Amino acid sequence: MIQVHLKIQRYNPEKDSKPYFKDYAVECEPTDRVLDALLAVKGTLDGSLTLRKSCAHGVCGSDGMRINGRNMLACKVLIKNVSQPIVVEPLKGFKIVKDLVVDMKQFFEKYVAVKPYLINQETSPEKERLQSQKQQERFEDTTKCILCACCTTACPSFWSDPNYVGPASIVQAHRFIFDSRDQGGEERLNLLNQREGVWRCRTIFNCVEACPREINITRAIGEIKRDLLFKKI
Amino acid sequence: MQNSETFQNGRPMPVNSSFELFAWLFMRLSGILLLLLAIGHLVIMHLINSIDTIDYQFVVNRWKTPFWRSYDGLMLFLALLHGLNGLRTILDDYLRPGAWRIFWLSIMYATGFILLFVGFLTLFTFQPK
Repeated sequence: MIQVHLKIQRYNPEKDSKPYFKDYAVECEPTDRVLDALLAVKGTLDGSLTLRKSCAHGVCGSDGMRINGRNMLACKVLIKNVSQPIVVEPLKGFKIVKDLVVDMKQFFEKYVAVKPYLINQETSPEKERLQSQKQQERFEDTTKCILCACCTTACPSFWSDPNYVGPASIVQAHRFIFDSRDQGGEERLNLLNQREGVWRCRTIFNCVEACPREINITRAIGEIKRDLLFKKI
Repeated sequence: MQNSETFQNGRPMPVNSSFELFAWLFMRLSGILLLLLAIGHLVIMHLINSIDTIDYQFVVNRWKTPFWRSYDGLMLFLALLHGLNGLRTILDDYLRPGAWRIFWLSIMYATGFILLFVGFLTLFTFQPK
């Protein structure tokens, strides 16, 4: 066991006028995850520390937060791999609900805006809609998204313009635009062919660095830009 | 803050315009063209000719042919619009929607188009003494 020092951003809108940092020290294994350290703080030092977590295995995407200045899932980062004190902050660009919990309403509104579901007017086949391996590979990368918002909240374009649809929603749109079974591609392309759509992306690559699922997000955005170029001109 | 006419589901209403797409494409194409034109300009002005020999007479000789007037005109047009669009992007990034953004964008467009007008006026009305 080693002693782990954490510097956690705290904020209770009912009591505090602005967020502040508080230091904590807990005993953990170096192979524990940052999430374990946070839960140790909550369980043994300060039960009022508020954070989201669900599966705790990098699948649900609910514990996205800023760890030592980079957006990560607390359940996917080992303590031995980050320098101490571990600075933990909520995702930037969203309103803080409390401590590390942010209001993701707008994030999910943007997600819904790109119609992240299969659009196909044809009569449903008896079994599944068949697809070749090559057709599936076309959008496989973007199926990995878990909507943790690490990419969107790492994006300076989003910080400067909260109306920007954001990389996560573009990834979701990409997943359906390039799906051979889907017929709503044009509809989604029109939604993204806006100043607040894909054209707000400045190819900064922060999203790619932040994505815990290692999705090549900037590439996906580039593919949509290219598709728009060839379809609209 | 957000009225129902301009917003839908918390998002700005989609606008049926491909302006941003054309602006994006223009930046790339003009960038490539400017690279070639500017290198050509550099070679002629600084490598083939010495700056000591570039004077009024040099410009008179150069602008005798419509080709060089068009060359310089194209470079002026592309460079100014490329720069203006870059500045528009920066202002969009750094200024939130509102009066200040409109103010600075207006100044930018006015200055840019005045420079473009003066440049073209000089280029195409120039008569050697």
